[in-house]
Amino acid sequence: MDLFEYQARDLFAKHGVPVLAGEVIDTPEGAREITERLGGKSVVKAQVKVGGRGKAGGVKLAATPDEAVARATDILGMDIKGHTVHKVMIAETAPEIVEEYYVSYLLDRTNRTFLAMASVAGGMDIEEVAATTPEKLAKIPVDSNTGVSKEKAQEIVAAAQFPAEVADQVADVLVTLWDVFVKEDALLVEVNPLAKVASGDVLALDGKVSLDANAEFRHPEFEEFEDKAAANPLEAAAKAKGLNYVKLDGEVGIIGNGAGLVMSTLDVVAYAGEAHQGVKPANFLDIGGGASAEVMANGLEIILGDPDVRSVFVNVFGGITACDAVANGIVQALELLASKGEEVTKPLVVRLDGNNAELGRKILNDANHPLVQQVDTMDGAADKAAELAAAAK
Amino acid sequence: MAIFLTKESKVIVQGMTGSEGQKHTKRMLASGTNIVGGVNPRKAGQVVDFDGTEIPVFGSVADAIEKTGADVTVIFVPEKFTKDAVVEAIDAEIPLAVVITEGIAVHDTAGFWAHAQAKGNKTRIIGPNCPGLITPGQSNAGIIPADITKPGRIGLVSKSGTLTYQMMYELRDIGFSSCVGIGGDPIIGTTHIDALAAFQDDPDTDLIVMIGEIGGDAEERAADFIKANVTKPVVGYVAGFTAPEGKTMGHAGAIVSGSSGTAQAKKEALEAAGVKVGKTPTETAKLAREILAG
Repeated sequence: MDLFEYQARDLFAKHGVPVLAGEVIDTPEGAREITERLGGKSVVKAQVKVGGRGKAGGVKLAATPDEAVARATDILGMDIKGHTVHKVMIAETAPEIVEEYYVSYLLDRTNRTFLAMASVAGGMDIEEVAATTPEKLAKIPVDSNTGVSKEKAQEIVAAAQFPAEVADQVADVLVTLWDVFVKEDALLVEVNPLAKVASGDVLALDGKVSLDANAEFRHPEFEEFEDKAAANPLEAAAKAKGLNYVKLDGEVGIIGNGAGLVMSTLDVVAYAGEAHQGVKPANFLDIGGGASAEVMANGLEIILGDPDVRSVFVNVFGGITACDAVANGIVQALELLASKGEEVTKPLVVRLDGNNAELGRKILNDANHPLVQQVDTMDGAADKAAELAAAAK
Repeated sequence: MAIFLTKESKVIVQGMTGSEGQKHTKRMLASGTNIVGGVNPRKAGQVVDFDGTEIPVFGSVADAIEKTGADVTVIFVPEKFTKDAVVEAIDAEIPLAVVITEGIAVHDTAGFWAHAQAKGNKTRIIGPNCPGLITPGQSNAGIIPADITKPGRIGLVSKSGTLTYQMMYELRDIGFSSCVGIGGDPIIGTTHIDALAAFQDDPDTDLIVMIGEIGGDAEERAADFIKANVTKPVVGYVAGFTAPEGKTMGHAGAIVSGSSGTAQAKKEALEAAGVKVGKTPTETAKLAREILAG
């Protein structure tokens, strides 16, 4: 879960990483009062989860409170690389910047540990630094259990060759930033730029934080970080029902059990679609183990509510899940939707294999629903679903 | 022979008295697993009856090992307590810990992995967020259905649970030496490479099927390993060609970040290492059949 800059700023401040004052608003009027509080001038910064907002005109200086309102009016509603600006941060203007650095902590999947990255070449895209001048980017593994003490921070500072006059301050930032990383259960914390200003102080002027959604069990506050304005309405509705759903841009609705099997189902449908006018999967939906009638009904309701969907492919391999339960789920789901007055008009192709598959197929055959047809193999069923979607296009 | 798990394995279950633990202990017993105990400090000394088989509950992993000689633990405890459970298993130096629990925070997994390293890596960890492993006809540690297939000479290693079942089903008439579900989290204990190395050394495995998915670079590294170390035929499958960039597809680790972690790159790396890669699970099974038929 990626955060906005202002949310990252707030988490930095909470753990003692030095930041500038700033407040977030979603209508321009508030800019005046905040700018007055900040001493009469401010920086208006678009809050979007995409890089390059400065170049796109999403960051503007305001010399007076009125100007801050005008700039906020300009920036709110702007489109930056496909992201609509719904919020702006009214921030304290930065003192004169002397040097710009980079520091971050992130997950190193390959080595199954965490990594500190630091560079004196901050203020620009760090991937470019890594590609063009890799010697300027220090990468130091950090043991999860020993973490970043002042000594470890000094090791990182030395490896990145920070100038002596800022070494101690940068080390302090690294220690507090580690607190953000661990205590907030982050997958990434990044400060870019970490700036040395005219007074000699070191400040985090912009940052990125990405949180681990799996840690929500010990962070009830994570819910507040969800960007409800940007979420696809179908994804939001699915999330509210506890479904693991991702909207895609095709025409074949997909329901399956298990993340790997569903990913595979999307691929198989896309291959099958090559022979059927290029139809593609419309979504990812993993109903997981169990697959009760209710879960199946919830899933079908979301997928049938997607106007892009022309046909539906239900692909279940019964491992723990028994296929007769899945078949009952489909039948009951269709009854449930009918009783709610929701007319189902899109064809369903069902493939059941594994545990109790024979019984499951019999239940669907006996129910004899006009829109449901069964195909015994995954590849065959994908082909049929693609064909039906193409025919309904 | 087989890898990691045989009929000699003595298995304990951490979280045996919880609902998932009970359900799957019953299934493991039914598939012939030698389960010698459960662990729950609050229920130590009790006995749980599973359809006539009485399984004692111990207060700690160390106690269970001392009393029963257990060498495998299967962990079903809820995500909040999983790190402590795995750390306890590592401290007791049990040779194999299979972590079924899903939804574990990455900082917790990184923590128990670092602990395992600090303790000299005496415990092989499989998972977390995995279906476990099965050696058909011998033992079953986890939640893989035992009745899909039979003993045979194919080794299977997979990030995905249901694709493991699908592949076992596709090749059910040939049978498997061992099937290992390593899980789809960003940090996992046993990797494709560990399983490939074990299958290469296993005299009862003739061919290896390896299933990967988007995210990370485990498949690319496995490809390098195969090129240098594996002489047995390997057939591969990678899921997630149609996954969009930046979206997590069910498994916490299944995410394409920028241009890295794509299914295409993984497929190309495997093919460059001489692995035949199928476009669908069914085609992958067909490739395995062709190789075995000579």
